[in-house]
Amino acid sequence: MTGADAPPAAAGESSPVYLDLRGLSKHFGGVRALDGVTLSVPKGAVHALVGENGAGKSTLGRIVAGVLPPDGGAIRLHGRVVAFRSPREALDHGVAAIAQEPSIVPHLTVAQNVFLGAEPRHAGFIRRRRLDRAYATLAESAGFDVPGGMSAGRLRTSEQQKVEILRALSRNAQLIVMDEPTAALGAQEARHLHEIVRRLAGGGKTILLISHFLGEVLELADAVTVLRDGRVVKTSPTADESEASLVVAMLGRPLTSTFPVKRRPADDAPAVLSVRGLSAPGVVDASFELRAGEILGLAGLVGAGRTELARAIFGAVRVESGEVVIGAGTALGRSPSRSLRAGLALVPESRKDDGLLFLRSSIENATLSRLGSLSTAGVVRRRRERRAGREVLERCGVRGASFSAPVSALSGGNQQKVLLARVLLCRPDVVIADEPTRGVDVGAKRAIYDFLAGLAEEGLGVLLISSELEEVIGLSHRVLVMRRGRLVSELAGEELTEDAILAAAFADTQAAV
Amino acid sequence: MTAGADASSPTGVLRRVDWAARLRGVGILLPFVILFVVLSLTSSSFFTKPNLLNILDQQSATLIIAAAGTLVLIAGGIDLSVGAIYGFAGVTSAHFALHHSAGVAIVLGVGAGLLIGVGNGIVTTVFRINALIGTLAMSFIVGGCSALITKGNLLVLFDKEGFGKLARTEFATVTTSIWLMVVVVIAIGLLLATTTAGRYMYAAGGNAEAARLAGVRVDAVRMLTFAISGTAAGLAGVIDTSRVLSAQASPNDTALAFTVLAGIVVGGTSIMGGEGAVWRTVVGVLFIALIGNGYLLLQFDPLYEQITMGALLLAAVGLDALSRRHG
Repeated sequence: MTGADAPPAAAGESSPVYLDLRGLSKHFGGVRALDGVTLSVPKGAVHALVGENGAGKSTLGRIVAGVLPPDGGAIRLHGRVVAFRSPREALDHGVAAIAQEPSIVPHLTVAQNVFLGAEPRHAGFIRRRRLDRAYATLAESAGFDVPGGMSAGRLRTSEQQKVEILRALSRNAQLIVMDEPTAALGAQEARHLHEIVRRLAGGGKTILLISHFLGEVLELADAVTVLRDGRVVKTSPTADESEASLVVAMLGRPLTSTFPVKRRPADDAPAVLSVRGLSAPGVVDASFELRAGEILGLAGLVGAGRTELARAIFGAVRVESGEVVIGAGTALGRSPSRSLRAGLALVPESRKDDGLLFLRSSIENATLSRLGSLSTAGVVRRRRERRAGREVLERCGVRGASFSAPVSALSGGNQQKVLLARVLLCRPDVVIADEPTRGVDVGAKRAIYDFLAGLAEEGLGVLLISSELEEVIGLSHRVLVMRRGRLVSELAGEELTEDAILAAAFADTQAAV
Repeated sequence: MTAGADASSPTGVLRRVDWAARLRGVGILLPFVILFVVLSLTSSSFFTKPNLLNILDQQSATLIIAAAGTLVLIAGGIDLSVGAIYGFAGVTSAHFALHHSAGVAIVLGVGAGLLIGVGNGIVTTVFRINALIGTLAMSFIVGGCSALITKGNLLVLFDKEGFGKLARTEFATVTTSIWLMVVVVIAIGLLLATTTAGRYMYAAGGNAEAARLAGVRVDAVRMLTFAISGTAAGLAGVIDTSRVLSAQASPNDTALAFTVLAGIVVGGTSIMGGEGAVWRTVVGVLFIALIGNGYLLLQFDPLYEQITMGALLLAAVGLDALSRRHG
C-alpha cells in the first residue's frame, strides 16, 4: 500500500534493477505466507528483509532461491522472467542461497564441498588436482583462508558458511540469498561475515539479506523491506530508518497490547520445579526454581542451550549430573513418560519433528499422552476418547478441519493448539513451552499467550523458551538468560528490557566492541 | 460450525489428503473383487468350496505371519527373519514330536518363535541395530540352527496322529488350520485397532521422537511387535508342520519373509511406518494368492506369475509414495 508498487528509492540510482518481484504469493495449507509481495533490488545492493517470525521473510527467500515455487506472481532477473523448479535451476541462473544451517557433506573436504556437483572431471572421473587448484584460486580471490583439504565437518559454523559462499561464487552466482546468516554465529564471526557481505556487494554481487538483527540490517543494507503477515509494509532506504521505526512497522501496533496482563504470583508461592546443578549435552550446571503461578522466560541466542536444557529437564536426553525435582519432593525419573506422570509436560520446539503425528487425527494427537486413562484393560474407549478430545480441543480454540481429519490439514497455529490441548489433558503442574509461537500467525499467537497466562493463573509453573524477545518480556515474570550452555543472568521487574537480555546473551560482544 | 472468519480454510488440502488415503485404503479391495469375479466367470473350478478352502488352507501360515508383520511395519520396523523362524519352529516342533507329546512339541515350537522375536526386539531397540540388517542377520543364524537340528534330514511325522490333529481336525467342514488362522488374525487385528498398544504402534512408526516426547515408550512398543511377529511365525511353522506332517530345514523358508512383506505392502500398509491395517494385509495376501491360483486354473504360463507380482508390488509402493507426497 505504501511504497510497495513504486520502485524503491534505493541507493545507487544509476544501477539497473537486478531482482524484480511482482505480486508474489504463497500458501501453506490454510496459512497465507506471502500475499502479493512486490519489490526490486538494484545490482550490487544489499537489500534486507525484516519482519516477525512467520511474516514470510524466509518463504520469500526460499522462493527466490528456487526451493519453493510461488503460487502466483512473477520473478524477473535482470529483466527476464524466470521460474525456478529447483535450487539447482536457480543456481544455473546465478542465484545462490546461504542457509542459517549450512548444508555441507561433513566427510568430504572443503574443496570437494565447494565444487560438489560441478567437479572438474574427465570421462566421469574427478580431476582431483585440478579441483584443488581451482579451489585455491577461488579462495584467494574471495580472501578466505579455509584450508581446502580439511574435512568440512570439522569446520566451525561460520567457516562452513564460507564454504557455502565459495560454492555460490564458484558457480558465478550474481544474487546471493542469505537467511539469518549470523544467527548461529558469535560476535567476532558475525563481524567477519559482515565484511564478506560488504566485499561481495562491492564486487557487484546482489545480496538479499534476511535477518532478525535490526542493528545488522541498518549497518549492512542499502534498503530494507518490512514484511508483516506475508505483505510488504514498506520498502525504504536504511538511511531513513531506525530500529524503532522498523519495529513499529514490523509489529504494526504498540507492543504492549499484544500480551495479556501479568498477574504476579503470590510471594509465598511454593516452588513447583527445582533444577539443581543440571548438566547434560549442551547444558552446564544449570540451577533455578520455578514457582507456582509463575511464567519464567528462558532467553538466549540460537544454540545457547535453551532447548537442550528443556529436554534435559524433561528427561528426553541423558543427563550427566544434577537433579530435577517436581513439587514438594519427587525427584524425576529420566524419561519423558515418567516426567509426564510426575506432572511435567513439554510443548516441543518443532511440532513437525517432535510434536505431532501428521497422519493421525487431531483427537488422537490430543489424547496420545493420556490414552491410558481413557481406556479399560488396555482397550481404548472410543467414545470416551472422542468426548475428552473434542472438549479439550474446543477449549484450546482449535479451528479448521474436522477433529477426525489428519492433523496435517490444520494451519500451523491450530496444530500448535493441538499440542497445547495434549498438554492440558495431562493436567500437569509444570509446563515447558519451547518456542510455542514459532511459525504461527498473529491471531493464534495471541491465543497461545492467553493460554500460557491462563495456566499460570491457575497456579501452574510455566517455563517459556522463545527467540522473540518481545514475547519473553511480554509474558514472563522473570527471565533467565542462557549463553553457551550456562545460565548467565536473571532479570526481573525494571531490569527486564530487551537491551539487558541482549547484553547478557551477547556478553562477549559487549566486551569486544 | 468452524470459524467463518477463517477465509482460507484448508478444505482443498483436506480433500487431497482424503482422496489419497481413501484410494490407498479401498484401492486393494477393488482389484481384489474384480479379480475374484473374473476368476469366477472364467474358471468353473474357481468358485467352488474345495478350491477356496484349499487357498485358505495353503495361505493360513502366510496370513498369520503377515498379520503380525503388519504390526512391525506400522511401528516403524521390519522383520525379515519370519521365514527362518517359521522353518525353525517347524523343525523344532517336529524334532520334539518324534519323542514327546504333541503338546510339548507345539509349546516348544511356538516358544522358540517368541524367544527369537524377543531377540529381534533386543537387537533393534537395546543395541540400536537397524531392523532390516538385524533381522536379516537373525534370519541366517536361525536358518543355520534349523539345519543343525535336522542334520539335513527330512523329519517325518506320518505316524504322529496326535500332532497332526492341531491343523488337520475338521470342525464344521473346515480344517482347524483355517480356524486357527481366523482366530489369530482377528486377535491381532483387534489388538492393533482397539488397544492402547495398537495406538502406540501407529505413533511409534508415524513419528518416533514425537511419540517418545508424548510419553510413549517407543522401544517397548517395538519390542512387543517383534515378539508378536516371532510368535506368529513360530505358530505358523508349527501349524504347517502339523498340516503336512513333516519338516525340513529349507533355504526356501527364508524367502517366505518376502512373500509376507509383499502381501502386507500390496494391501496398502506403508513400508515407512505409521499407517496400515490388518484387514488390508489379509486382502493383500489373498490377492497375491488369487493370482497364483488363477495362473494355475487358467493354465497360464507360471513364469509370468512372478513378473505380475513384481509389477503389482511396484504399483502398491508407488501409490504409497504418491499419497505421501500429497499428504
